[in-house]
Amino acid sequence: MRQFFSTILIGITLGSIYSLMALALVLVWRSTRVVNFAQAGQAIFSTYIGYEMMVRTGNFWFSLLIAIIIGSLLGAGVEYFFMRTLFKHADDGPVAALAPVIATLGLLGVIRSVVGMIWGNEYRSFASPVSTDNFVVAGATIPFSRLNVLVIVGAALVMIAFSIIFQRTNLGLALRASAFQPEIARLAGIRVGPIRTIGWTFAGGAGAVAGVLVTPNDILSPNSLDTLLVFGFVAAVIGGLESLPGAVVGGMVLGIGIAFILNYVSTTLIFPAVFVVLLLSLVIKPNGIFGSKKVRNA
Amino acid sequence: MTALLINKLTVDHGAIRALSDVSFEVPEGKLAAVIGSNGAGKTTLLRTLSGLKSPTSGTARWNDRSMVGVKPEDLVRRGISHVSEGKSVIPELTVKENLLVGGLWRNDKSDTAQAINEVVELFPRLGERMSQSANTLSGGERQMLAIGRALVSRPKLLLLDEPSLGLAPLIIEQIFTAINDLRKRLNMTVVLVEQNAISALEIADIGVILNLGELVASGPAQDLMNDPALRSAYLGY
Repeated sequence: MRQFFSTILIGITLGSIYSLMALALVLVWRSTRVVNFAQAGQAIFSTYIGYEMMVRTGNFWFSLLIAIIIGSLLGAGVEYFFMRTLFKHADDGPVAALAPVIATLGLLGVIRSVVGMIWGNEYRSFASPVSTDNFVVAGATIPFSRLNVLVIVGAALVMIAFSIIFQRTNLGLALRASAFQPEIARLAGIRVGPIRTIGWTFAGGAGAVAGVLVTPNDILSPNSLDTLLVFGFVAAVIGGLESLPGAVVGGMVLGIGIAFILNYVSTTLIFPAVFVVLLLSLVIKPNGIFGSKKVRNA
Repeated sequence: MTALLINKLTVDHGAIRALSDVSFEVPEGKLAAVIGSNGAGKTTLLRTLSGLKSPTSGTARWNDRSMVGVKPEDLVRRGISHVSEGKSVIPELTVKENLLVGGLWRNDKSDTAQAINEVVELFPRLGERMSQSANTLSGGERQMLAIGRALVSRPKLLLLDEPSLGLAPLIIEQIFTAINDLRKRLNMTVVLVEQNAISALEIADIGVILNLGELVASGPAQDLMNDPALRSAYLGY
Protein backbone atom coordinates (compact mmCIF):
# COMPACT_ATOMS: atom_id res chain seq x y z
CA MET A 1 0.00 0.00 0.00
CA ARG A 2 2.90 2.32 0.88
CA GLN A 3 4.37 1.74 -2.58
CA PHE A 4 1.01 2.51 -4.15
CA PHE A 5 0.73 5.91 -2.43
CA SER A 6 4.40 6.71 -3.13
CA THR A 7 3.75 5.99 -6.79
CA ILE A 8 0.74 8.32 -6.81
CA LEU A 9 2.83 11.11 -5.20
CA ILE A 10 5.67 10.68 -7.68
CA GLY A 11 3.11 10.61 -10.49
CA ILE A 12 1.58 13.89 -9.32
CA THR A 13 5.05 15.51 -9.18
CA LEU A 14 5.90 14.34 -12.69
CA GLY A 15 2.39 15.27 -13.84
CA SER A 16 2.73 18.83 -12.50
CA ILE A 17 5.80 19.46 -14.65
CA TYR A 18 4.26 17.81 -17.73
CA SER A 19 1.11 19.88 -17.15
CA LEU A 20 3.12 23.11 -17.17
CA MET A 21 4.77 22.26 -20.48
CA ALA A 22 1.43 21.06 -21.88
CA LEU A 23 -0.13 24.33 -20.73
CA ALA A 24 2.54 26.31 -22.61
CA LEU A 25 1.93 24.28 -25.77
CA VAL A 26 -1.87 24.58 -25.49
CA LEU A 27 -1.65 28.37 -24.95
CA VAL A 28 0.25 28.75 -28.22
CA TRP A 29 -1.91 26.22 -30.06
CA ARG A 30 -5.06 28.03 -28.95
CA SER A 31 -3.83 31.46 -29.93
CA THR A 32 -2.20 30.66 -33.29
CA ARG A 33 -2.93 27.01 -34.20
CA VAL A 34 0.79 26.23 -34.10
CA VAL A 35 2.45 23.33 -32.28
CA ASN A 36 5.41 25.25 -30.92
CA PHE A 37 8.39 22.85 -30.86
CA ALA A 38 10.60 25.84 -30.02
CA GLN A 39 8.92 25.84 -26.59
CA ALA A 40 11.66 23.51 -25.29
CA GLY A 41 14.29 25.93 -26.62
CA GLN A 42 12.56 28.95 -25.09
CA ALA A 43 12.27 27.09 -21.77
CA ILE A 44 15.91 25.98 -21.80
CA PHE A 45 17.11 29.52 -22.57
CA SER A 46 15.12 30.96 -19.66
CA THR A 47 16.25 28.12 -17.39
CA TYR A 48 19.90 28.95 -18.21
CA ILE A 49 19.12 32.58 -17.37
CA GLY A 50 17.76 31.28 -14.04
CA TYR A 51 20.95 29.24 -13.62
CA GLU A 52 23.09 32.31 -14.33
CA MET A 53 21.14 34.33 -11.75
CA MET A 54 21.56 31.48 -9.23
CA VAL A 55 25.34 31.52 -9.81
CA ARG A 56 25.50 35.31 -9.39
CA THR A 57 23.02 35.82 -6.52
CA GLY A 58 22.43 32.40 -4.94
CA ASN A 59 18.78 33.38 -4.59
CA PHE A 60 16.46 30.77 -6.15
CA TRP A 61 13.29 32.87 -5.99
CA PHE A 62 14.90 35.92 -7.59
CA SER A 63 16.37 33.64 -10.28
CA LEU A 64 12.96 32.07 -10.91
CA LEU A 65 11.41 35.54 -11.27
CA ILE A 66 14.06 36.67 -13.78
CA ALA A 67 13.70 33.39 -15.71
CA ILE A 68 9.92 33.92 -15.93
CA ILE A 69 10.39 37.50 -17.16
CA ILE A 70 12.97 36.49 -19.77
CA GLY A 71 10.87 33.46 -20.81
CA SER A 72 7.81 35.67 -21.24
CA LEU A 73 9.73 38.29 -23.25
CA LEU A 74 11.26 35.57 -25.42
CA GLY A 75 7.78 34.13 -26.07
CA ALA A 76 6.51 37.58 -27.07
CA GLY A 77 9.59 38.18 -29.24
CA VAL A 78 9.25 34.86 -31.08
CA GLU A 79 5.61 35.62 -31.89
CA TYR A 80 6.15 39.27 -32.81
CA PHE A 81 9.35 39.11 -34.84
CA PHE A 82 9.27 35.53 -36.13
CA MET A 83 5.77 34.05 -36.37
CA ARG A 84 4.01 37.22 -37.58
CA THR A 85 6.45 37.58 -40.45
CA LEU A 86 5.96 33.93 -41.30
CA PHE A 87 2.15 34.18 -41.25
CA LYS A 88 2.30 37.28 -43.43
CA HIS A 89 4.21 35.44 -46.14
CA ALA A 90 2.61 31.99 -45.83
CA ASP A 91 -1.08 32.69 -45.37
CA ASP A 92 -2.71 30.16 -47.67
CA GLY A 93 -2.60 26.52 -48.72
CA PRO A 94 -0.62 23.58 -47.30
CA VAL A 95 2.50 25.76 -46.80
CA ALA A 96 0.58 27.92 -44.33
CA ALA A 97 -0.20 24.86 -42.22
CA LEU A 98 3.27 23.30 -42.32
CA ALA A 99 5.64 26.27 -42.43
CA PRO A 100 5.11 27.45 -38.82
CA VAL A 101 5.67 23.95 -37.40
CA ILE A 102 8.86 23.45 -39.41
CA ALA A 103 9.94 26.97 -38.47
CA THR A 104 9.52 26.27 -34.74
CA LEU A 105 11.61 23.09 -35.14
CA GLY A 106 14.32 25.18 -36.81
CA LEU A 107 14.07 27.79 -34.08
CA LEU A 108 14.51 25.05 -31.45
CA GLY A 109 17.82 24.14 -33.09
CA VAL A 110 18.92 27.78 -33.26
CA ILE A 111 18.12 28.47 -29.58
CA ARG A 112 19.88 25.25 -28.47
CA SER A 113 22.97 26.26 -30.44
CA VAL A 114 22.96 29.77 -28.97
CA VAL A 115 22.65 28.29 -25.45
CA GLY A 116 25.54 25.90 -26.24
CA MET A 117 27.67 28.79 -27.49
CA ILE A 118 27.00 30.93 -24.40
CA TRP A 119 27.08 28.34 -21.61
CA GLY A 120 28.79 25.33 -23.25
CA ASN A 121 27.43 21.80 -23.61
CA GLU A 122 28.61 20.32 -20.29
CA TYR A 123 26.07 19.31 -17.68
CA ARG A 124 25.24 21.85 -14.99
CA SER A 125 22.88 21.92 -12.05
CA PHE A 126 21.62 24.26 -9.42
CA ALA A 127 20.65 23.69 -5.83
CA SER A 128 17.10 23.24 -4.66
CA PRO A 129 15.72 26.06 -2.50
CA VAL A 130 14.19 23.45 -0.16
CA SER A 131 15.29 20.07 1.18
CA THR A 132 15.44 17.18 -1.25
CA ASP A 133 15.49 14.63 1.61
CA ASN A 134 12.63 12.17 1.41
CA PHE A 135 9.90 12.40 4.04
CA VAL A 136 9.80 9.77 6.76
CA VAL A 137 6.28 8.74 7.77
CA ALA A 138 5.78 6.36 10.69
CA GLY A 139 9.40 5.24 10.45
CA ALA A 140 9.18 4.48 6.73
CA THR A 141 10.88 6.61 4.04
CA ILE A 142 8.68 7.61 1.13
CA PRO A 143 10.31 8.88 -2.07
CA PHE A 144 8.78 12.34 -1.81
CA SER A 145 10.55 15.49 -0.65
CA ARG A 146 9.89 19.17 0.04
CA LEU A 147 11.14 19.86 -3.48
CA ASN A 148 8.34 17.64 -4.83
CA VAL A 149 5.87 19.66 -2.76
CA LEU A 150 7.34 22.87 -4.18
CA VAL A 151 6.98 21.58 -7.75
CA ILE A 152 3.33 20.64 -7.20
CA VAL A 153 2.47 23.90 -5.43
CA GLY A 154 4.35 26.00 -8.02
CA ALA A 155 2.62 24.29 -10.93
CA ALA A 156 -0.77 24.54 -9.19
CA LEU A 157 -0.31 28.30 -8.63
CA VAL A 158 0.49 28.87 -12.31
CA MET A 159 -2.54 26.85 -13.35
CA ILE A 160 -4.86 28.68 -10.95
CA ALA A 161 -3.54 32.04 -12.19
CA PHE A 162 -4.20 31.05 -15.81
CA SER A 163 -7.66 29.73 -14.92
CA ILE A 164 -8.58 33.05 -13.30
CA ILE A 165 -7.19 35.06 -16.22
CA PHE A 166 -8.94 32.96 -18.86
CA GLN A 167 -12.31 32.49 -17.17
CA ARG A 168 -12.77 35.66 -15.12
CA THR A 169 -11.14 38.57 -16.97
CA ASN A 170 -11.81 40.54 -20.15
CA LEU A 171 -8.27 39.71 -21.30
CA GLY A 172 -9.08 36.01 -20.95
CA LEU A 173 -12.31 36.45 -22.92
CA ALA A 174 -10.39 38.28 -25.66
CA LEU A 175 -7.77 35.49 -25.68
CA ARG A 176 -10.44 32.82 -26.02
CA ALA A 177 -12.43 34.70 -28.69
CA SER A 178 -9.26 35.38 -30.72
CA ALA A 179 -8.19 31.75 -30.48
CA PHE A 180 -11.52 30.22 -31.47
CA GLN A 181 -12.70 32.65 -34.17
CA PRO A 182 -10.06 35.29 -35.02
CA GLU A 183 -12.11 36.84 -37.83
CA ILE A 184 -15.21 37.29 -35.68
CA ALA A 185 -13.01 38.61 -32.87
CA ARG A 186 -11.60 41.25 -35.22
CA LEU A 187 -15.10 42.17 -36.41
CA ALA A 188 -16.01 42.61 -32.73
CA GLY A 189 -13.18 45.13 -32.33
CA ILE A 190 -10.55 42.90 -30.67
CA ARG A 191 -6.96 43.58 -31.75
CA VAL A 192 -6.10 39.93 -32.40
CA GLY A 193 -2.38 40.48 -33.14
CA PRO A 194 -1.42 41.87 -29.71
CA ILE A 195 -3.74 39.36 -28.03
CA ARG A 196 -1.84 36.52 -29.75
CA THR A 197 1.42 38.01 -28.54
CA ILE A 198 0.06 37.92 -24.99
CA GLY A 199 -0.80 34.21 -25.45
CA TRP A 200 2.82 33.50 -26.48
CA THR A 201 4.04 35.62 -23.57
CA PHE A 202 2.08 33.54 -21.08
CA ALA A 203 3.32 30.33 -22.71
CA GLY A 204 6.95 31.53 -22.48
CA GLY A 205 6.48 32.27 -18.76
CA ALA A 206 4.89 28.85 -18.09
CA GLY A 207 7.75 27.10 -19.93
CA ALA A 208 10.29 28.99 -17.79
CA VAL A 209 8.56 27.89 -14.58
CA ALA A 210 8.61 24.25 -15.79
CA GLY A 211 12.32 24.46 -16.69
CA VAL A 212 13.43 26.05 -13.41
CA LEU A 213 11.30 23.76 -11.24
CA VAL A 214 12.44 20.55 -12.94
CA THR A 215 16.17 21.35 -12.93
CA PRO A 216 17.04 20.91 -9.20
CA ASN A 217 15.83 17.27 -9.61
CA ASP A 218 17.71 16.86 -12.87
CA ILE A 219 20.72 18.09 -14.84
CA LEU A 220 20.86 21.15 -17.08
CA SER A 221 22.18 20.99 -20.64
CA PRO A 222 21.09 22.53 -23.95
CA ASN A 223 19.04 19.38 -24.67
CA SER A 224 17.81 18.59 -21.18
CA LEU A 225 14.23 19.78 -21.72
CA ASP A 226 13.66 17.91 -25.00
CA THR A 227 12.10 14.96 -23.19
CA LEU A 228 9.88 17.36 -21.28
CA LEU A 229 8.71 18.83 -24.62
CA VAL A 230 7.72 15.36 -25.90
CA PHE A 231 5.96 14.48 -22.63
CA GLY A 232 4.27 17.89 -22.49
CA PHE A 233 3.03 17.44 -26.06
CA VAL A 234 1.69 13.98 -25.26
CA ALA A 235 -0.04 15.40 -22.16
CA ALA A 236 -1.57 18.18 -24.26
CA VAL A 237 -2.89 15.64 -26.80
CA ILE A 238 -4.32 13.43 -24.03
CA GLY A 239 -6.08 16.53 -22.68
CA GLY A 240 -7.58 17.38 -26.06
CA LEU A 241 -5.00 19.97 -27.21
CA GLU A 242 -7.46 22.84 -26.81
CA SER A 243 -8.30 22.96 -23.15
CA LEU A 244 -6.26 24.40 -20.28
CA PRO A 245 -7.89 22.05 -17.72
CA GLY A 246 -7.28 19.31 -20.31
CA ALA A 247 -3.53 20.11 -20.27
CA VAL A 248 -3.48 19.74 -16.48
CA VAL A 249 -5.51 16.51 -16.47
CA GLY A 250 -3.47 15.16 -19.42
CA GLY A 251 -0.24 15.91 -17.53
CA MET A 252 -1.54 14.13 -14.43
CA VAL A 253 -2.77 11.08 -16.38
CA LEU A 254 0.62 10.85 -18.06
CA GLY A 255 2.64 11.48 -14.88
CA ILE A 256 0.72 8.93 -12.80
CA GLY A 257 0.69 6.42 -15.69
CA ILE A 258 4.46 6.70 -16.10
CA ALA A 259 5.04 6.43 -12.34
CA PHE A 260 3.03 3.20 -12.18
CA ILE A 261 4.80 1.62 -15.15
CA LEU A 262 8.23 2.62 -13.78
CA ASN A 263 7.45 1.39 -10.26
CA TYR A 264 5.54 -1.78 -11.08
CA VAL A 265 6.87 -2.90 -14.48
CA SER A 266 10.36 -1.63 -15.31
CA THR A 267 12.40 1.52 -14.82
CA THR A 268 13.82 1.20 -18.35
CA LEU A 269 10.42 1.53 -20.01
CA ILE A 270 9.89 5.28 -19.70
CA PHE A 271 9.48 6.05 -23.43
CA PRO A 272 7.33 3.00 -24.24
CA ALA A 273 5.35 3.89 -21.09
CA VAL A 274 4.55 7.36 -22.46
CA PHE A 275 3.21 5.95 -25.69
CA VAL A 276 1.27 3.19 -23.92
CA VAL A 277 -0.45 5.86 -21.80
CA LEU A 278 -1.08 7.96 -24.94
CA LEU A 279 -2.51 5.00 -26.87
CA LEU A 280 -4.75 3.90 -24.00
CA SER A 281 -6.02 7.45 -23.49
CA LEU A 282 -6.82 7.92 -27.16
CA VAL A 283 -8.51 4.51 -27.43
CA ILE A 284 -10.77 5.45 -24.52
CA LYS A 285 -11.23 9.13 -25.55
CA PRO A 286 -10.22 9.51 -29.22
CA ASN A 287 -10.57 13.32 -29.15
CA GLY A 288 -8.71 13.72 -25.90
CA ILE A 289 -10.25 14.07 -22.46
CA PHE A 290 -11.49 17.65 -22.99
CA GLY A 291 -11.28 17.76 -26.79
CA SER A 292 -13.88 18.00 -29.54
CA LYS A 293 -13.81 16.53 -33.03
CA LYS A 294 -13.45 20.01 -34.49
CA VAL A 295 -10.26 20.66 -32.52
CA ARG A 296 -8.62 17.42 -33.58
CA ASN A 297 -9.42 18.27 -37.20
CA ALA A 298 -8.15 21.86 -36.96
CA MET B 1 -26.88 63.58 -45.78
CA THR B 2 -24.96 60.79 -47.52
CA ALA B 3 -23.31 58.60 -44.89
CA LEU B 4 -21.91 55.76 -47.00
CA LEU B 5 -20.41 56.63 -50.36
CA ILE B 6 -19.03 53.88 -52.58
CA ASN B 7 -17.31 55.02 -55.75
CA LYS B 8 -16.02 52.76 -58.53
CA LEU B 9 -15.09 50.01 -56.11
CA THR B 10 -13.16 47.16 -57.76
CA VAL B 11 -12.06 44.07 -55.89
CA ASP B 12 -10.08 41.08 -57.19
CA HIS B 13 -9.66 37.61 -55.72
CA GLY B 14 -6.33 36.75 -57.35
CA ALA B 15 -7.05 36.62 -61.09
CA ILE B 16 -10.81 36.73 -60.62
CA ARG B 17 -12.59 40.10 -60.57
CA ALA B 18 -15.22 39.87 -57.84
CA LEU B 19 -16.48 43.46 -58.00
CA SER B 20 -16.10 45.83 -60.91
CA ASP B 21 -16.56 49.62 -60.70
CA VAL B 22 -19.45 49.45 -58.23
CA SER B 23 -20.83 52.80 -57.08
CA PHE B 24 -23.81 53.67 -54.87
CA GLU B 25 -24.74 55.85 -51.90
CA VAL B 26 -26.69 55.27 -48.72
CA PRO B 27 -27.97 58.29 -46.76
CA GLU B 28 -27.79 58.29 -42.97
CA GLY B 29 -30.43 56.16 -41.25
CA LYS B 30 -31.49 54.38 -44.45
CA LEU B 31 -31.50 50.67 -45.21
CA ALA B 32 -29.91 49.49 -48.47
CA ALA B 33 -30.68 45.96 -49.66
CA VAL B 34 -27.93 44.51 -51.87
CA ILE B 35 -29.33 41.61 -53.83
CA GLY B 36 -28.07 39.25 -56.48
CA SER B 37 -27.48 35.56 -57.10
CA ASN B 38 -24.50 33.50 -55.92
CA GLY B 39 -21.22 34.94 -57.20
CA ALA B 40 -22.68 38.44 -57.65
CA GLY B 41 -20.07 39.92 -55.31
CA LYS B 42 -22.37 40.74 -52.40
CA THR B 43 -20.25 39.14 -49.68
CA THR B 44 -17.07 40.58 -51.21
CA LEU B 45 -18.67 44.04 -51.04
CA LEU B 46 -19.37 43.70 -47.29
CA ARG B 47 -15.95 42.18 -46.55
CA THR B 48 -14.36 45.15 -48.30
CA LEU B 49 -16.50 47.65 -46.39
CA SER B 50 -15.56 46.04 -43.06
CA GLY B 51 -11.82 45.98 -43.82
CA LEU B 52 -11.45 42.22 -44.22
CA LYS B 53 -10.62 42.64 -47.93
CA SER B 54 -8.63 45.35 -49.67
CA PRO B 55 -10.01 46.80 -52.92
CA THR B 56 -7.94 46.90 -56.08
CA SER B 57 -9.21 50.40 -56.85
CA GLY B 58 -12.00 52.80 -56.00
CA THR B 59 -13.08 54.38 -52.76
CA ALA B 60 -15.48 53.73 -49.91
CA ARG B 61 -16.18 56.52 -47.43
CA TRP B 62 -18.19 56.54 -44.23
CA ASN B 63 -19.14 59.96 -42.88
CA ASP B 64 -16.52 61.55 -45.13
CA ARG B 65 -13.64 59.35 -43.95
CA SER B 66 -12.07 56.67 -46.10
CA MET B 67 -12.72 53.06 -45.08
CA VAL B 68 -10.14 51.64 -47.48
CA GLY B 69 -7.02 50.18 -45.89
CA VAL B 70 -8.46 50.50 -42.38
CA LYS B 71 -8.36 47.39 -40.19
CA PRO B 72 -11.71 45.82 -39.17
CA GLU B 73 -11.00 46.42 -35.47
CA ASP B 74 -10.46 50.15 -36.17
CA LEU B 75 -13.61 50.41 -38.29
CA VAL B 76 -15.58 49.00 -35.32
CA ARG B 77 -14.28 51.95 -33.31
CA ARG B 78 -15.70 54.26 -36.02
CA GLY B 79 -19.14 52.73 -35.56
CA ILE B 80 -19.11 50.07 -38.31
CA SER B 81 -20.20 46.55 -37.39
CA HIS B 82 -20.24 43.57 -39.72
CA VAL B 83 -22.26 40.42 -39.10
CA SER B 84 -20.65 38.01 -41.51
CA GLU B 85 -22.31 35.20 -43.41
CA GLY B 86 -23.13 31.98 -41.58
CA LYS B 87 -24.34 33.13 -38.13
CA SER B 88 -21.13 34.70 -36.95
CA VAL B 89 -21.02 33.65 -33.33
CA ILE B 90 -18.26 31.97 -31.35
CA PRO B 91 -19.75 28.53 -30.61
CA GLU B 92 -17.21 27.73 -27.88
CA LEU B 93 -18.34 30.70 -25.76
CA THR B 94 -21.61 31.14 -23.88
CA VAL B 95 -24.35 33.45 -25.14
CA LYS B 96 -23.39 36.06 -22.52
CA GLU B 97 -19.69 35.86 -23.42
CA ASN B 98 -20.54 36.30 -27.12
CA LEU B 99 -22.42 39.47 -26.27
CA LEU B 100 -19.62 40.70 -23.99
CA VAL B 101 -17.08 40.16 -26.80
CA GLY B 102 -18.93 42.83 -28.79
CA GLY B 103 -18.15 45.43 -26.12
CA LEU B 104 -14.64 44.38 -25.03
CA TRP B 105 -12.99 47.29 -26.84
CA ARG B 106 -15.29 49.89 -25.26
CA ASN B 107 -14.24 51.93 -22.23
CA ASP B 108 -17.81 52.61 -21.13
CA LYS B 109 -18.54 49.29 -19.44
CA SER B 110 -21.83 50.45 -17.93
CA ASP B 111 -23.14 51.32 -21.39
CA THR B 112 -21.99 47.90 -22.64
CA ALA B 113 -24.08 46.32 -19.87
CA GLN B 114 -26.99 48.56 -20.89
CA ALA B 115 -26.53 47.57 -24.56
CA ILE B 116 -26.63 43.86 -23.58
CA ASN B 117 -29.89 44.48 -21.67
CA GLU B 118 -31.35 46.13 -24.78
CA VAL B 119 -30.34 43.15 -26.93
CA VAL B 120 -32.07 40.82 -24.46
CA GLU B 121 -35.21 42.99 -24.63
CA LEU B 122 -35.07 42.79 -28.42
CA PHE B 123 -34.42 39.02 -28.48
CA PRO B 124 -35.87 37.62 -25.23
CA ARG B 125 -34.87 34.06 -26.20
CA LEU B 126 -31.22 35.04 -25.78
CA GLY B 127 -32.00 36.20 -22.23
CA GLU B 128 -33.28 32.72 -21.40
CA ARG B 129 -30.06 31.15 -22.67
CA MET B 130 -27.36 33.49 -21.35
CA SER B 131 -25.27 30.80 -19.66
CA GLN B 132 -25.71 28.23 -22.44
CA SER B 133 -22.94 27.53 -24.95
CA ALA B 134 -23.67 29.26 -28.28
CA ASN B 135 -23.10 25.85 -29.82
CA THR B 136 -26.43 24.68 -28.41
CA LEU B 137 -28.52 27.43 -30.05
CA SER B 138 -30.80 26.92 -33.04
CA GLY B 139 -29.95 28.61 -36.37
CA GLY B 140 -32.38 31.48 -35.70
CA GLU B 141 -31.07 32.03 -32.18
CA ARG B 142 -27.50 32.09 -33.47
CA GLN B 143 -28.46 34.76 -35.99
CA MET B 144 -30.11 36.78 -33.21
CA LEU B 145 -26.92 36.39 -31.15
CA ALA B 146 -24.72 37.49 -34.07
CA ILE B 147 -26.83 40.62 -34.60
CA GLY B 148 -26.93 41.17 -30.82
CA ARG B 149 -23.14 40.96 -30.58
CA ALA B 150 -22.86 43.64 -33.29
CA LEU B 151 -25.43 45.87 -31.54
CA VAL B 152 -23.46 45.79 -28.26
CA SER B 153 -20.79 47.87 -30.01
CA ARG B 154 -23.46 50.59 -30.65
CA PRO B 155 -22.91 50.70 -34.43
CA LYS B 156 -23.90 53.59 -36.67
CA LEU B 157 -23.46 51.46 -39.78
CA LEU B 158 -24.55 47.81 -39.63
CA LEU B 159 -23.40 45.45 -42.39
CA LEU B 160 -25.50 42.28 -42.47
CA ASP B 161 -24.56 39.36 -44.69
CA GLU B 162 -27.47 37.04 -45.50
CA PRO B 163 -29.13 36.98 -42.07
CA SER B 164 -31.92 34.76 -43.47
CA LEU B 165 -29.59 32.01 -44.71
CA GLY B 166 -30.90 28.58 -43.73
CA LEU B 167 -33.68 29.90 -41.50
CA ALA B 168 -37.40 29.02 -41.42
CA PRO B 169 -39.76 31.65 -42.96
CA LEU B 170 -41.25 32.58 -39.57
CA ILE B 171 -37.78 33.22 -38.09
CA ILE B 172 -36.77 35.22 -41.20
CA GLU B 173 -39.79 37.46 -40.69
CA GLN B 174 -38.88 37.98 -37.01
CA ILE B 175 -35.28 38.85 -37.90
CA PHE B 176 -36.25 41.26 -40.67
CA THR B 177 -38.84 42.96 -38.44
CA ALA B 178 -36.21 43.36 -35.71
CA ILE B 179 -33.69 44.85 -38.19
CA ASN B 180 -36.26 47.30 -39.52
CA ASP B 181 -37.41 48.38 -36.04
CA LEU B 182 -33.85 48.81 -34.85
CA ARG B 183 -32.60 51.02 -37.61
CA LYS B 184 -35.65 53.28 -37.31
CA ARG B 185 -35.34 53.51 -33.51
CA LEU B 186 -31.55 54.04 -33.49
CA ASN B 187 -31.30 55.97 -36.79
CA MET B 188 -28.79 53.34 -37.88
CA THR B 189 -27.63 52.99 -41.48
CA VAL B 190 -27.89 49.38 -42.65
CA VAL B 191 -26.46 47.55 -45.65
CA LEU B 192 -28.32 44.25 -45.91
CA VAL B 193 -26.97 41.62 -48.31
CA GLU B 194 -29.63 39.08 -49.23
CA GLN B 195 -30.60 36.39 -51.70
CA ASN B 196 -34.12 36.62 -50.33
CA ALA B 197 -34.73 39.61 -52.61
CA ILE B 198 -38.39 40.36 -52.02
CA SER B 199 -38.25 40.26 -48.20
CA ALA B 200 -35.15 42.47 -48.25
CA LEU B 201 -36.55 45.04 -50.69
CA GLU B 202 -39.81 45.24 -48.75
CA ILE B 203 -38.04 46.73 -45.73
CA ALA B 204 -35.36 48.62 -47.68
CA ASP B 205 -35.24 52.29 -48.69
CA ILE B 206 -32.65 51.66 -51.39
CA GLY B 207 -32.09 48.63 -53.58
CA VAL B 208 -28.79 47.65 -55.18
CA ILE B 209 -28.73 44.80 -57.68
CA LEU B 210 -25.43 43.11 -58.47
CA ASN B 211 -24.72 40.50 -61.12
CA LEU B 212 -21.35 38.83 -61.67
CA GLY B 213 -19.61 41.64 -59.80
CA GLU B 214 -21.23 44.46 -61.74
CA LEU B 215 -23.85 46.96 -60.68
CA VAL B 216 -27.07 46.30 -62.61
CA ALA B 217 -29.27 48.90 -60.94
CA SER B 218 -29.56 51.00 -57.81
CA GLY B 219 -32.29 53.34 -56.60
CA PRO B 220 -35.39 53.51 -54.42
CA ALA B 221 -36.31 49.94 -53.45
CA GLN B 222 -39.95 50.41 -54.43
CA ASP B 223 -38.95 51.53 -57.95
CA LEU B 224 -36.80 48.43 -58.44
CA MET B 225 -39.63 46.18 -57.28
CA ASN B 226 -41.99 47.84 -59.74
CA ASP B 227 -39.64 47.56 -62.74
CA PRO B 228 -40.94 44.62 -64.81
CA ALA B 229 -37.58 43.98 -66.54
CA LEU B 230 -35.61 43.87 -63.26
CA ARG B 231 -38.33 41.82 -61.59
CA SER B 232 -38.26 39.08 -64.19
CA ALA B 233 -34.47 39.09 -64.65
CA TYR B 234 -33.24 39.41 -61.05
CA LEU B 235 -36.09 39.25 -58.55
CA GLY B 236 -37.62 36.01 -59.81
CA TYR B 237 -41.27 36.99 -60.16
